[in-house]
Amino acid sequence: MASETTKVLYGLYNDEEDLKKAVKAANSDHLDIMDVYTPFPVHGLDPILGLKESRLHQLGFTYGAIGASFAFGLMSWVFTRDWPIVFGGKPYWSVPAFIPITFELTVLFAAWGMTLTFYTICGLWPGVKAKSLDNRITDNKFCLAYDVTEADDSTVEKYRSFFSKTGADEVNVKTI
Amino acid sequence: MSQPIAPVRHVLIEGNKTYHNITEDLCRPTETTPSREWIVAFALSAALLGLYVFAICWTVWKGIGEWGANRTINWAWDITNFVWWIGIGHAGTLISAILLLFRQRWRTGVNRAAEAMTIFAVICAGQFPIFHMGRVWLAFFIFPFPNTRGPLWTNFNSPLLWDVFAISTYFSVSLLFWYTGLVPDLATVRDRATGFRRKMYELFSFGWTGSAKHWQRWESLSLILAGISTPLVLSVHTIVSFDFATSVVPGWHTTIFPPYFVAGAIFSGFAMVQTLMLITRKVLKLEEYITLNHIESMNKVIVLTGTIVGVAYLTELFVAWYSGYVYEQFAFYNRVFGIYWWSYFGMMFCNVVSPQLFWSRKIRRSIWWTFFLSIVVNIGMWFERFVIIATTLARDFLPSSWSYYRPTWVEISIFTGTVGLFFVLYLIFTRVAPVVAIAEVKSILKVAGSQYVEKARKEYSENPPTEESMKQKAAHH
Repeated sequence: MASETTKVLYGLYNDEEDLKKAVKAANSDHLDIMDVYTPFPVHGLDPILGLKESRLHQLGFTYGAIGASFAFGLMSWVFTRDWPIVFGGKPYWSVPAFIPITFELTVLFAAWGMTLTFYTICGLWPGVKAKSLDNRITDNKFCLAYDVTEADDSTVEKYRSFFSKTGADEVNVKTI
Repeated sequence: MSQPIAPVRHVLIEGNKTYHNITEDLCRPTETTPSREWIVAFALSAALLGLYVFAICWTVWKGIGEWGANRTINWAWDITNFVWWIGIGHAGTLISAILLLFRQRWRTGVNRAAEAMTIFAVICAGQFPIFHMGRVWLAFFIFPFPNTRGPLWTNFNSPLLWDVFAISTYFSVSLLFWYTGLVPDLATVRDRATGFRRKMYELFSFGWTGSAKHWQRWESLSLILAGISTPLVLSVHTIVSFDFATSVVPGWHTTIFPPYFVAGAIFSGFAMVQTLMLITRKVLKLEEYITLNHIESMNKVIVLTGTIVGVAYLTELFVAWYSGYVYEQFAFYNRVFGIYWWSYFGMMFCNVVSPQLFWSRKIRRSIWWTFFLSIVVNIGMWFERFVIIATTLARDFLPSSWSYYRPTWVEISIFTGTVGLFFVLYLIFTRVAPVVAIAEVKSILKVAGSQYVEKARKEYSENPPTEESMKQKAAHH
């Protein structure tokens, strides 16, 4: 999420299989891919790109645990310390009756926490201008991008020959 | 082709589509001017919504006395309609969450619209308990917050309060799930739009680019939201059933209520999805994406859940008789043969008998039968809630307070008005967002697209696998 502009050389492929082959070729040529953009989640792409598994689920568990403790803690405090009332001859601390709300708040906290975290770490919010390389990436093109902001001519040439070798349909430069 | 396709797989995307065709077809409804059918439907729904607003103003101004609900049958139409709408909402979460966990590919054709339906149905459901409070300006009392009255807290032991938590959680989590799924598709619409429309979709697509890491997190988030929405959706109708089951009223005080309510909710929800999808696919010309295979799969769910509901009805009757408890026996005798016998038989016919027709493959795959039966099921599920609430309350412990309930024009207007509210929201949704999940349909194209399935079938028939080739394949894996 660099705020300064980046000059990007990118190739567009017509099929996710071509893209996967290109990523593998880039790996064996030791080329440093900036990012890969696809119209839908392409399975099998993460391991060859070297993306580690997302840790969102661990956070989800944490948020859920916070929600559960908050709900159970608040109800326990209210009915044993702050304002104890006898309902239907039951004990003040009537644990079974607290379970439904505890469950609901676990889910509520986990869902909101994870979703807000997702948008924050991805830098996605209303008003964010998409650093989109090509309008067709959300349609039918599979894009592989190299950062060429500080690259010399020979490196750019190397990238261009890579794209022609791997069968990119189009190669363009864009500053985002 | 990277993924092997079993030749027995159903085609879920007809018409040999390419990725670009999918984008075009699914974005088109948001880009063209509305059709005449849409305008007529919107005008009718908006008129009903107007009626709703009028009836609600009337209720708030004059008080709940304007309703037919009385001291004995105090929940009457209001809670009947509430439970009916909440139940309808359940199919959306079932399709998007539970079928995601089961890796059912056919969900991709209908999940977006079904989730939208969930959200709109919960909005409609919420109207009823809120206005049933009477002094609606005090509705904030249901939330526990530090206040100047002591602070006086809500009763956390009450199922009615559990309902507040369950339904508000359900609504907000469904909204997150739906919107997060929608973001990549809104970006697709954005990248095709120009001018003011582009600005709007830029705002609502949050700057989505389709980066590999974003997709990875997006899938991870969707999966976990599905994982936690699954017990959530089961909990919502379970808690709604607790409103009845934890009371000491014969006919309500039964342990079968939670599973029976959940099955009924899924049953009615799928019926509503069918009603909506059959119209949507026709009007928006999406027959190639919402195929007969999708409709048949949903009809199978309807016959299963309808049968579960039927078993629950019969179990209730049996247990009432077997309990040897005279009040329980009377409650059920009264339910079947009492003053509201017609609603019991309506319920039995619509919910238990009519869906059995779906055992026939021909009827399951017939558009007209499906449409007709989906309406019948919706009526039946409304009867079910009316039976549970009205017949039970009309004949309570004190014969001196026995009563009969008839709705007034205000209640009828509020109920039909929420139907208008629902369709106004749904019709707006079909104009501003893709009704079918674009990215998800693209991701199943190569395993469920007609040209790929045909190819696999052809290969299979030309080259049927031999024992030798199977062994080779197994060794390869």
